[in-house]
Amino acid sequence: MSAAVEHYGDRRGLLGTLGRDGLIQIILIANTVIMLAPIVIMVFAAFKTSAQIYQHPFALPDFTHVENIVKIWTETNFLRYLLNSVFVTGTSITLVLALGTMAAYAIARYEFWGAGFILMFFLAGLTLPLKLAIIPLFILMRDLGALNTPFSLILVYVAMGLPTTVFIMTGFIRTLPSELEDAARMDGASEARIMWSIMLPLVRPAMVIAGIQNLVPIWNDFFFPLIFIQNDNLKTLPQGLTTFMGEYNSNWGVLFAGLTLSAAPIVLLYIILSRQFINGMTSGAVK
Amino acid sequence: MAQLSLRGIKKRFRNVEVLHGIDLDIGDREFVVFVGPSGCGKSTLLRLIAGLDPISDGEFQLNGRTMNAVPPSRRGIAMVFQSYALYPHMDVYENMAFGARLMGLDKAEVEARIAEAARMLRLEPLLKRKPRELSGGQRQRVAIGRALVRKPQVLLLDEPLSNLDAALRSDVRLEIAKLHRDIGGTTIYVTHDQVEAMTLADRIVVMNLGRIEQVGSPRDLYQTPANTFVATFIGSPRMALLEVEREGDALALPGAGSVTLPRLPGPEHGRLTLGVRPDAMRLRRDASANGYAATVIYTEYLGDNAYVYARLGDGTLVSVRTGPDESYEPDTPVHVEIALEGAHFFSRETGQRLSA
Repeated sequence: MSAAVEHYGDRRGLLGTLGRDGLIQIILIANTVIMLAPIVIMVFAAFKTSAQIYQHPFALPDFTHVENIVKIWTETNFLRYLLNSVFVTGTSITLVLALGTMAAYAIARYEFWGAGFILMFFLAGLTLPLKLAIIPLFILMRDLGALNTPFSLILVYVAMGLPTTVFIMTGFIRTLPSELEDAARMDGASEARIMWSIMLPLVRPAMVIAGIQNLVPIWNDFFFPLIFIQNDNLKTLPQGLTTFMGEYNSNWGVLFAGLTLSAAPIVLLYIILSRQFINGMTSGAVK
Repeated sequence: MAQLSLRGIKKRFRNVEVLHGIDLDIGDREFVVFVGPSGCGKSTLLRLIAGLDPISDGEFQLNGRTMNAVPPSRRGIAMVFQSYALYPHMDVYENMAFGARLMGLDKAEVEARIAEAARMLRLEPLLKRKPRELSGGQRQRVAIGRALVRKPQVLLLDEPLSNLDAALRSDVRLEIAKLHRDIGGTTIYVTHDQVEAMTLADRIVVMNLGRIEQVGSPRDLYQTPANTFVATFIGSPRMALLEVEREGDALALPGAGSVTLPRLPGPEHGRLTLGVRPDAMRLRRDASANGYAATVIYTEYLGDNAYVYARLGDGTLVSVRTGPDESYEPDTPVHVEIALEGAHFFSRETGQRLSA
């Protein structure tokens, strides 16, 4: 033991002087800078005119210059896009979590013929790039009369979100002791009550993970609204923001203001849920 | 009132039969312990009684009513699980209230029952704590409290002491015995530890490989084990089984000489199994003794007495209880004398007891 300590102390160089933790800190700080820089530049640009953005892209802006944000709010359909995004994303996530958790609970806990197949069927969805199926999907939505409605998006997003959700939730539920459900059964709880009162509070960390995992891609998705939605009143944020990008000139300041405002809800939600998120990622590692 | 009656209970998991027809009657206010090695089916039987797993074959009656298809919560049975299975997100009070509320009791009754259970189990200061903030023994008491709040006719306990440390175990064992008397219901207790079984039970059910080997009071099982399995399972250190050859009153052990015992049961000639507990043997140093030749291996000194382990001429290891002051060096040649009143005779072929 003591020999190993001496050996560790004798080493010189970066690792020797800073130690292993110091090196990790440096890497993490560098990583943070790289990850945050685009976001900071985006926020700065939201307070600049197009000319300022071209001249001093990295300079601190005048934060009292809120013209871009006012313009977004008053002169564009931003609020409508935001509400559309909230509706589509919220409904999709709710459905994904509700259906995914119930499916995962059944697969993880009930013994029935074909349980293994159903799990594999869901997992197969992970390997399928949905965008490849865009033409049949378009035809399907047209025949269902769902084009130009939010339901076309919700259907696709739920289908997209279920595989990962079922995967995460099944794995998590399997780690929970089944004696808990037996105890609840002895206490006289129905299957639905066991799910709601016992399992649901326990799987919440996993639900937060599955939720965030799906939230970001759905909120940011540009492709499916572009194909399915033509009506300006039904457009979601990423799609709506492209109206500021013209063929010949773009109002970059207003675009960045829109991007900032559209990223804000997700960032806030992430910060609020991060504690649960981290709990969820590490639970199961230590019993 | 709680009379349980099990008739030809079988349990199959897919194609594997794990219980091969259990017949058992359990009376009111009885404390019955299912004991047996791991995988003998004792916990499975408990889960069938609780209603957590369906019975494959046979009939289970409680007070004359067939229970096979009755859901667990309607059987008047409560269960304490090995892992306690406390709801981690609820505090102690909520853990106990969950089942009581589902029974449809009004608020005042729920509160009264919890107060009573909390007083009985000394849980009053802990009611607002979460399970993770409790020690092992406290969790154990909450698990029992949760079962008691439902006022069950039958209380099932599945290895309730296995997660506790040794010091706590004997305390909780006493508490469970006292609790059983205070509640006045029927208790069924599963364990693999024969000491727990002996100290707690009115009647012990010894199980092995999905069958009942013997049912009886601790005294019955110790004094008249029905077969070699029960004989070696009950009692510590375990009973030695000697494969002897009988010739009249003489029992010959290959390589260890012969012992003469009067009034032996069974046929005059033939092979049988002689079972002797450590307290029915005595060590003699002189070669003329009426005993089997053996060599001392080592001695376990326990303060009030000691156990000497010796290898007989045929290779069987026996443990002999001796006084604490007797000392035997390893490799000492000795003779093992056998007291007739402590000798058990079993058929070599079937392992069943031969009665005198």
